Amino acid sequence: MEILSLLTDGFVIVFQPLNLGLIILGCALGLFIGAMPGLGSVNGVAILLPMTFIVPPTGAVIFLAAIYYGAMYGGAVSSIMLGIPGASTAVATTFDGRPMALQGRADRALITAATASFIGGTISVLLFTAFAPPLAAVALAFGSPEEFALMLLAFATFIGLGGDDIPKTLFSIFIGLVLSSVGLDIISGQPRLIFGDIPGFYHGINFLVLAIGIYGIGEILWTIEISGGEVNVAQAKLSFRRMVDGLRGMKSLLKATIMGSFLGYFVGILPAAGATPGSLMAYGVAKATSRKPETFGKGNPEGIAAPEAANNAASTGSMLPMLTLGIPGSPTTAILLGGMVIWGLEPGPLLFVEHKEFVWGLIASLYVANLFSLLLNIGLIPAFIWVLKLPFTILAPMIFILCVVGGYAPTKDMHDVWLMLIFGVAGYLMRKLDYPMAPVVLAIVLGPLAETSMRQSLIISHGSPMIFFNRPIAGTIMIVALVLLFMPAIKAVKDYLARRRVSDPSA
Amino acid sequence: MRRAELVMALVMAIFSAYLMWKSAELPIGWIPGEGPGGGAFPFWLAGGMLLCCIAVIVRWVLRASPPSRSTEPYMDRHALQLFLVGAGALAVLIGSIHFIGMYGAIPLFLVFYMRFIGRHPWTTTTMLAVVTPVVTFFFFEIVLRITLPKGYTEPLFYPLYDFFF
Repeated sequence: MEILSLLTDGFVIVFQPLNLGLIILGCALGLFIGAMPGLGSVNGVAILLPMTFIVPPTGAVIFLAAIYYGAMYGGAVSSIMLGIPGASTAVATTFDGRPMALQGRADRALITAATASFIGGTISVLLFTAFAPPLAAVALAFGSPEEFALMLLAFATFIGLGGDDIPKTLFSIFIGLVLSSVGLDIISGQPRLIFGDIPGFYHGINFLVLAIGIYGIGEILWTIEISGGEVNVAQAKLSFRRMVDGLRGMKSLLKATIMGSFLGYFVGILPAAGATPGSLMAYGVAKATSRKPETFGKGNPEGIAAPEAANNAASTGSMLPMLTLGIPGSPTTAILLGGMVIWGLEPGPLLFVEHKEFVWGLIASLYVANLFSLLLNIGLIPAFIWVLKLPFTILAPMIFILCVVGGYAPTKDMHDVWLMLIFGVAGYLMRKLDYPMAPVVLAIVLGPLAETSMRQSLIISHGSPMIFFNRPIAGTIMIVALVLLFMPAIKAVKDYLARRRVSDPSA
Repeated sequence: MRRAELVMALVMAIFSAYLMWKSAELPIGWIPGEGPGGGAFPFWLAGGMLLCCIAVIVRWVLRASPPSRSTEPYMDRHALQLFLVGAGALAVLIGSIHFIGMYGAIPLFLVFYMRFIGRHPWTTTTMLAVVTPVVTFFFFEIVLRITLPKGYTEPLFYPLYDFFF
């Protein structure tokens, strides 16, 4: 019952007027950001993080988490109304959402998406409340070898489960790590990789510069190219009666919703997976277990309920390893983690001991944010439709300006703004060639932590790498990580052998 | 697309080699009893980057990755135009901040982008070009106390500073 009393304390923090206001503002902003084609939670959190220096750290993290949550709801809106996913996490929602909108059932689709998101969010927050404290308690025993092993595991999941082009995924991880090592060497204090003594590199490359570059500038350049300017907004008829009918219809969708919630939550915990694959998997499973799989893709509301429940559940799931272990489960939580480090709230098991009120305030805020997102989502549907009609030639320059000012604010150095432009352009050009961007952001956030924990471990062991394998927890994690790392290689060899057997029957 | 894939891999390979050369300024070897030296972490990771670029090039030769098989152009004329205008305007915006400051550059950028690319009416354009810098000023300079660069326009702000601080 200790959890309940801690959670009550958390709600006391959340119901302070400032924090409550921040949650409502965050949910509303998140909903709009999510609803705009091309922009998702990660863009919103990256671009708006510098603006949160205005409030105390607890409020800032609660605000960013509310944006994260709201964006998961909002993503469905443009998937349904425009047929363009509002964020990559809402790709699966277009499959049935768009057909429903074209059949004149856009209101039903929007309400299904909102309610399913709410159920997914609630289930996942309950799971989060139950799992986080015990996990953090176990993690308290972790030292630097375990930390390093966990980070290796985070990178290994990208390779083992990522499925993208493997050399390119690896390249993204490596370049993120190298960029994170620019600046002063943490152990010896010597400057390194300062590129001919450019003073701007002495303080290192701030992760925000990279995140805003890639997810602000790069993303807008990408969206400008993809959308080309033309959008076609579907019509939505709204009335109280139709809303109540929509809510009644949820009963038949409960199975798909609950299944999506659990699936999304557990997929979300994995570092490389997150909400996008979570929602696609939920769609697939809902289709496979449905009584009428042939109606999927033609406007079956189950095809909206499952992925929408899953992407909200996954966003909560990805916060679990971030808060308890200090390993982010998605690019958005990687940026949140970087922000928390700036505010002196280093995520990890100690957070649950040293900043108890903060942790429980954040958990309680998820319950509240979930409720407000639902209410705002349904109440603001007409406003979303207006925003979707906003021409991109107004949105794009405004976001560019936010990026430039936001990139300048944390360090007050124009050097960082130029660097951000370079990252944005390079990120855009590389993304066109299938280089994944999420590992870069994860790597630049985790890089300094990974290097410190590795070198501290080696100093403890007087230079013997066996320290990562001698300790039971570190050893187990290392072995899992190594298996994941080599999985693609093993698979390639197997495929090669299988092909040889086919082409050469005598062997 | 096929040519772009190769060019990107080659450019990145050269960049990796440059990073390796730069990291080697600090000890990259194993210091007995202490573990790797200060330059080892970036050096070997940059080495990893180089290996990945080589793998991408090998896959390019074998036509194993989707971009190396694609016959579509990397950027068609229209896309290239959009990219050059977008990124170019942004570069001019950032460059001009050094001279005319944030509050000179933002309105000019908005006027250019909204009026000449978006073809929005002058009323909307002027409104946003005036409101945006004012909101930025109040949010950053007054509330957050973060002074944004002003370049040669700095003296114009002295009366405002006197008024607010």
